[in-house]
Amino acid sequence: MSSILDADFFAALLSGAVLAGMPLLFAALGETISEQAGLLNIGLEGMMLLGAYAGFVVANWTGSSWAGFLAAILAGMLVSMLMVVFCVRMGQDQIVVGIAILLSMEGLTSLLHAAQFGTSYPRLGGVTQLSIPLLDGIPVIGPSIFSQPAIVYVGVILIVAVGWLLYKTNIGLNLRAAGWKPVALDNAGVDVLKVRTYAVLATGALAGLGGGYMSIVEAGIFVPFMTGGMGFISIVIAMLGRGRPVWVLIGAFLFGIALSIATALQLAGINIPTDVVQMLPFATVILALIIFVRASYLPSALATPFVRGQR
Amino acid sequence: MADAADGLGLPVGRGIAHSVIALKWLSAFWRAVGPVVYALIAGGVLLLIMGRNPIAFYATTFRSGLFTWAGLEQSIIRLAPLLLMAAGFIVAFQAGLWNIGGDGQFLLSAAMVGGLGAPMVAVMPYWLALILLCLIGFFVGGVWTVIPSFMKAWYGMNEIITTLMMAFIGINLANILIKGPFLSTKSLVPQTDVIPFKYLLPYVPGTRIHVGIIVALVVLGMVHYVQTRTSYGLRLRILGANPKAAVHAGINVKRDIMTAFALSGGLIGLAAAVEVLGVWGYVRADWNPAFGMTLFAIVFLAGLNVMVVIPFVAFFAVIQIGGHEAARQAGLPNDFLLLLIGLILFFMVLTEWGRRKAWLERDRRRRGRRAGGSGRAAEGAVTNE
Repeated sequence: MSSILDADFFAALLSGAVLAGMPLLFAALGETISEQAGLLNIGLEGMMLLGAYAGFVVANWTGSSWAGFLAAILAGMLVSMLMVVFCVRMGQDQIVVGIAILLSMEGLTSLLHAAQFGTSYPRLGGVTQLSIPLLDGIPVIGPSIFSQPAIVYVGVILIVAVGWLLYKTNIGLNLRAAGWKPVALDNAGVDVLKVRTYAVLATGALAGLGGGYMSIVEAGIFVPFMTGGMGFISIVIAMLGRGRPVWVLIGAFLFGIALSIATALQLAGINIPTDVVQMLPFATVILALIIFVRASYLPSALATPFVRGQR
Repeated sequence: MADAADGLGLPVGRGIAHSVIALKWLSAFWRAVGPVVYALIAGGVLLLIMGRNPIAFYATTFRSGLFTWAGLEQSIIRLAPLLLMAAGFIVAFQAGLWNIGGDGQFLLSAAMVGGLGAPMVAVMPYWLALILLCLIGFFVGGVWTVIPSFMKAWYGMNEIITTLMMAFIGINLANILIKGPFLSTKSLVPQTDVIPFKYLLPYVPGTRIHVGIIVALVVLGMVHYVQTRTSYGLRLRILGANPKAAVHAGINVKRDIMTAFALSGGLIGLAAAVEVLGVWGYVRADWNPAFGMTLFAIVFLAGLNVMVVIPFVAFFAVIQIGGHEAARQAGLPNDFLLLLIGLILFFMVLTEWGRRKAWLERDRRRRGRRAGGSGRAAEGAVTNE
């Protein structure tokens, strides 16, 4: 039994956290965008699932993980079109539509997988790792953090990009206005529904990418229901992040650690039940909420449809 | 409300009134059943695309879920927990509270009931143990909503996020309990001790259906009474319709949020107790029937009415039981059912949208006519002068 403070342990923990945290990061960034625009996207997991499926199929077919990621993004956007039509355009209840998206995508991907592969689960080849010169030479964090599949760096860029988009551009201002005060945005002459439509599509793209990451990089296979609650965890992370991409990153990384710590501990010879470890982040967050309790800073028009001329 | 105004606005005679009422009933009926029919058709098309015979699929579903005695029994047995859980959701939703964490409440209650079941029937008369266990299930489910409802009532924290997190904690905690203090030494797989078969919920005489269904129907009747005939039910409706108005009307909103949430979780916990005590007798680790999300759909389809929900949940139970067999025969995964439920929800939303649009259109036309009419009257007045 090796020590818990072993370098190998930390390396395994950190790389595991990045591996498990990335899909959460993608999906939670997406959810952040749609929440800021006033749409609560309960169907996030459905978008991730179709993304995972499409990404896997295309990556399997073309042999290119990038084609897979692209397909995952498109699939996520396709699912988010449902949300655009039903919630943004028709103004129907977002929670009901979100659950409809979740259930139908769970059923659809499972059916498609069964129709295409039956009960066989083909495996993808590994994804090439991209190391950052010099930094990857640092002990412990070098090989675990600075040597990753290229898509991970895309995620890092996306954090900056989303933060910049939301807070430094007119588009971001419109987006947040659509979530906080859609009437004001409408009065300013901007089409609220259009802004919300783009926000939802962006969410779909990011959620799809998160799903694609799970099937292409993390698992290398597609299994029905493989997202297993990751979409819901992402919703929680996005809500706790309150629209700030940096907090989303921290949240995703912490949940990533929690999801991978059990494996890392087992490598170190310590057996802690996975159930306990998986429960910890949620318990911590609930505790933190109770102690530092305050109303969550959610956009005021969240989950309410915008109808012009209706108060 | 729109409907009521519509109906009252019509100057109709007695005979016409009857047909109008009949038409209203018919439209309400179709509003609820239409989405199901559309979804079955869309699902059938999908089956056809996948090279399966949809008619055979549905025939098998209903034959093995409804038209054979064994299947019917299975469906009715499944109906009991589903009804109780649906009632739990309705209580919360009608008060405008999004209790998303039903599965966590369900599993934690199931784990407690399963774990305490065998030791309890060993030390006391089994009927007393069963009653106590049902109460424990109710209590545990209710307690699991206290944190979200407290944060909602006192600090206005969004209950979707808190119930969701409590659901994750509850599901994991249930597993910890089953693999820890409640772990059976007699079984190879992690599970609780088994309650002897003879001590499970008794059968309804002449059948192999346990009495859970009767419990469920009685409880639903009680919930319906509370919702429609008591001031408490009215308060919850006001709370759901307009929370600000509820505050201004002097309603103790905090107390009502807490009790409605607890009642919701309690009913879901009771559903778990009935399922464990009626069917299984034990709970296995990682067991999760995940009734919650699908029941959401059904509850909305029934317009959050505890009585209307019964036939819908019954239909769901039938396709759950029968669909299993049909999917097996067609060589499809069981998850076709999830797709079907998702489609039902989409068509429901579409129907609702179409109805709303038609109503707005009618309203606009009527106003236009009235405005036009008064305009002519004004013209007439001018010419008269």
